[in-house]
Amino acid sequence: MTQLNEASPVQDDAVLRVTDLRTWFPVKSRGLLRRKIGDVKAVDGISLSVAPGETLGLVGESGCGKSTAGRTMLKLIDPTSGSVELNGRDITHLSRKEMVPLRREAQMIFQDPYNSLNPRHTVGTIIGTPFRVQGVDPAGGVKAAVQQLMERVGLNPEHYNRYPNEFSGGQRQRIGVARAIALQPKLIVCDEPVSALDVSIQAQVVNLLADLQDEFGMSYILVAHDLSVVRHISDRVAVMYLGHIMELAPRSDLYERPLHPYTHALLSSVPVPEPGAAAKRERILLQGDLPSPINPPSGCVFNTRCWKVQEQCRVDVPLLREYQPGHFLACHFPEEKLHIGETIVGPQAPLVDNDYSLQSPEERAEEAARARRGEAWERDEPGDFGLGSKIQ
Amino acid sequence: MTLIDGALQGTSSDSFLEVRDLLVHFPTEDGLVHAVDRVSFSLEPGKTIAIVGESGSGKSVTAQALMGLITRRTATVEGQVFFEGHDIVSMDDEELRRLRGKKMAMIFQDPLSSLHPFYSIARQLVEAVRVHQKVSKSEARDQAIAMLHKVGIPSPERRIDDYPHQLSGGMRQRVMIAMALINSPDLLIADEPTTALDVTVQAQILELLTSLQEEFQTAIILITHDLGVVAEVADDVLVMYGGRAVEYGPVDEVFHSPEMPYTLGLLASVPRIDRELGERLDPIPGNPPSLITLPKGCVFFPRCTYSHEVDGQTCATVRPELESTSAGHLVRCHLPADVRRANAVAKLALIAASHTKSGDAPS
Amino acid sequence: MAVYLFKRLIRVVVLLLLISLVVFMLFSVLPTDPARLTCGKACTPAIIEANRHRLGLDMPYIQQYWLFVRGLFVGRTYFAESPSPIECGAPCLGYSFKRGEEVSTLIKENFPPTFWLAIGAFILWMVIGVFTGIYAALRRSKWQDKAVSGIALVGYALPTFFVGLVFLFFIVLKWGLLPYPSYVSPFVNLTQFLQTMILPWITLAIVSAAFYVRLTRTQMLETLGSDFIRTARAKGVKERVVLMRHALRAGLTPIVTAAGLDLAGLLGGAIITEAVFTLPGLGSLAISSVNDADLPVVVGITLVAAFFIVMANLIVDLLYPVIDPRVRLT
Repeated sequence: MTQLNEASPVQDDAVLRVTDLRTWFPVKSRGLLRRKIGDVKAVDGISLSVAPGETLGLVGESGCGKSTAGRTMLKLIDPTSGSVELNGRDITHLSRKEMVPLRREAQMIFQDPYNSLNPRHTVGTIIGTPFRVQGVDPAGGVKAAVQQLMERVGLNPEHYNRYPNEFSGGQRQRIGVARAIALQPKLIVCDEPVSALDVSIQAQVVNLLADLQDEFGMSYILVAHDLSVVRHISDRVAVMYLGHIMELAPRSDLYERPLHPYTHALLSSVPVPEPGAAAKRERILLQGDLPSPINPPSGCVFNTRCWKVQEQCRVDVPLLREYQPGHFLACHFPEEKLHIGETIVGPQAPLVDNDYSLQSPEERAEEAARARRGEAWERDEPGDFGLGSKIQ
Repeated sequence: MTLIDGALQGTSSDSFLEVRDLLVHFPTEDGLVHAVDRVSFSLEPGKTIAIVGESGSGKSVTAQALMGLITRRTATVEGQVFFEGHDIVSMDDEELRRLRGKKMAMIFQDPLSSLHPFYSIARQLVEAVRVHQKVSKSEARDQAIAMLHKVGIPSPERRIDDYPHQLSGGMRQRVMIAMALINSPDLLIADEPTTALDVTVQAQILELLTSLQEEFQTAIILITHDLGVVAEVADDVLVMYGGRAVEYGPVDEVFHSPEMPYTLGLLASVPRIDRELGERLDPIPGNPPSLITLPKGCVFFPRCTYSHEVDGQTCATVRPELESTSAGHLVRCHLPADVRRANAVAKLALIAASHTKSGDAPS
Repeated sequence: MAVYLFKRLIRVVVLLLLISLVVFMLFSVLPTDPARLTCGKACTPAIIEANRHRLGLDMPYIQQYWLFVRGLFVGRTYFAESPSPIECGAPCLGYSFKRGEEVSTLIKENFPPTFWLAIGAFILWMVIGVFTGIYAALRRSKWQDKAVSGIALVGYALPTFFVGLVFLFFIVLKWGLLPYPSYVSPFVNLTQFLQTMILPWITLAIVSAAFYVRLTRTQMLETLGSDFIRTARAKGVKERVVLMRHALRAGLTPIVTAAGLDLAGLLGGAIITEAVFTLPGLGSLAISSVNDADLPVVVGITLVAAFFIVMANLIVDLLYPVIDPRVRLT
């Protein structure tokens, strides 16, 4: 095995520094006493940082905790433990009220352009909300600033007084983007920003995000399940599985020389629009269900579905360590090569009782949203963050 | 695929499945929705055709019309759909009902909402069997368990009494597939079967579908928006836009020499995991048309970046018809054939130049 | 499950006690003096006071209430000091001095007409309401649907007493199609029973069916648009089965909830219908005891009515997991 280096994935000069972050949702018993019987370990000890102007992709399948992680980093959900630093300031224990001024520096874009905008507010009001909440008086007035923003994101400024339902999905996402960049934040967490959009519209929004980053130099955390989109706009990518980061590496390293077996499986599953390409690629089929985040497997959480599993994997938790410069990995038996042309079938992981009542609201929402693209759960509550106290 | 055009009109067909000029219009309060506008294609036994399009392209309505799920009470359905020699469009409700679930079956995008939430899997599978076969409940249950085993559900004799909400998304879709294939239909219509699933689960489900297709010799109509899925499993592809078929042919050909600017645009705009990275994606400008107020001429005209190469107002005013390309597939476009080809070569070369990974060039 | 039931039953008891307490308190603030009502014209303050003491009305209200609650659980004895005490066994709902009867006896006597009225009307309106609702849903936006919805709205808006009086006036008094209602037990004279009950049944059914037409229609429209209905059709299930076994079943929860509560409400007495058709049921008893300030009877009927509603709530809740396996009782 290559010598392991004790470097940390958390850099010093970062916009956002996340150390050993945990977000657990308590699960109560059904009996008379409603005792706490466990936790949904949605995010279970992740560490990462985002450099200025950088895009960090956070990928994984539903239930891996990527969405919860993104929200916890902006304190939309309170972390269970660990710390979050925004621009060098520890925000882990700040109250909602104390967070308000910090919302200038960090904003969020949501998946669902249909439900994340208040249908009773005009576009002008929605995009102008950050100015009002933060008490910012832009030169020339809020309306002029909003219209400038609309123009910048490719909306017609004359539509200032229209309502969200008068816009198409792609345009609504542009409204969300305009709201997020209004105060020129240092960081934007984009939670599945294009997955609810049609294919031909996705590219428009992806380009918009890239152009805005070139222009304003903010950092992005891109939470997404579409590995192609993540690859296209991320500088570095973190792969999550069951609340843990399995691999964190510069984009090209991760996509071309993935080291974690799960990353291999994930990448090999992405269908490419090239007839006959399948034969020239890796082919790794995972089997069985994702384990329950209440009772994650001991040792490496991926061990129930990993085709390389050894006894050690069931006992020792692999730590996220720097395996190659900048390439962090949590695996006891890293992959040394690609398996082009081979077909690998993972072990049959036990089926998990998908107990509805035990799912965290996050997960249930994620599942629901994935199930019907374009009809999700967010509600815009202007005043706090363009999003209120919905997670409780 | 067989080449179809207006001259081939008849009253019957020897093909396994032949769709001729299928038209579906829904009257609504806002106006007439031109959901499917004279779509034609054919399918051979055991083969897979993918119908690709974005939301509002009419692909799902086409699928439902093929299943006879669109009642004439709520919509206008015209044209012919010959399935094993019989025209589905002119069948009465009872004839259709006997066909559905037996000769042709369907699976849907969201397996959770597509299974009845109040009934156990056993009950729903047994019902599917007993609607078409005269067997006892326990016999039907045995069939159901065997089928669940086939679709890869571990210990099906225990799982069969679960309710849909107790299973994971992938397992639910397996149950849907089991229910669809339990009467060994000749045709399976899969409407976005993997869209709601994670990518590793999608890989499992696609693998399952292709292996079951081999075993049962089922023909599959795959409705999807994912070009990657199409390339992986389909033999033929029909690209739909604004309710019309705009390009139709074998997958290899359509992907390697697309001639319709829309198909070309789609292929150019999706980020790809198997290519070098370009600086920017090349999106199709604008938004898909409303099916109520479709453009008069070519439905893609308002978003087309090549229409200036056609003289005058042709694209804006004249509806183009499907015509055969030099490569042999069908395309609906006013551009002269040589211009179309040149555009395609130029654009694909552009993608290739910025995207191509060494040793993995597109043919 | 047992734990759940136990918890719920305790809550039922507490709730009923609270209701009885509220009724007691309401009476305590009424200007009517029940003791004054115990003697006729030739009354002297002395007699009133004597009666007041004899009836225990001179005790503080809280003590009266305590005696009442105690009687519910262990029974009580009235006029213990007099030569002919009256034993009221547990559960003792009280004793009506006005009528010289135990409240439970009065309720038992007056319950059958109410019971038959409720059951008959309930069956009638459920069948009419649900099937008409399904029909309207199937003919959505067609003239049949609009007609049904219109009629339902009218039915919903009509007051019970109006419908009842119109029936009584035309069918009984003007056209003489039915004899004047006079309640008799179905086991004594079935014909007369049916002749008496048919109009009250229809009256109640018209008014209530309207609500179920609308509820069923809404539910059916919602479930008929569901993905699993499309699946059922794609399986080749017969349309009738799709409607009844797939769509209706999925939309049943609110219908069952409403039906349970409505039936329970009726079992506590349909005051207006009983009054219009002079049925000697709990509703009629309630009205006369309120007029007489007959506190024990009023409290008794209120408790019985509340008991039905609370129990219906419980039964409906127990039915939820039977209808929808995703529901768990906690």
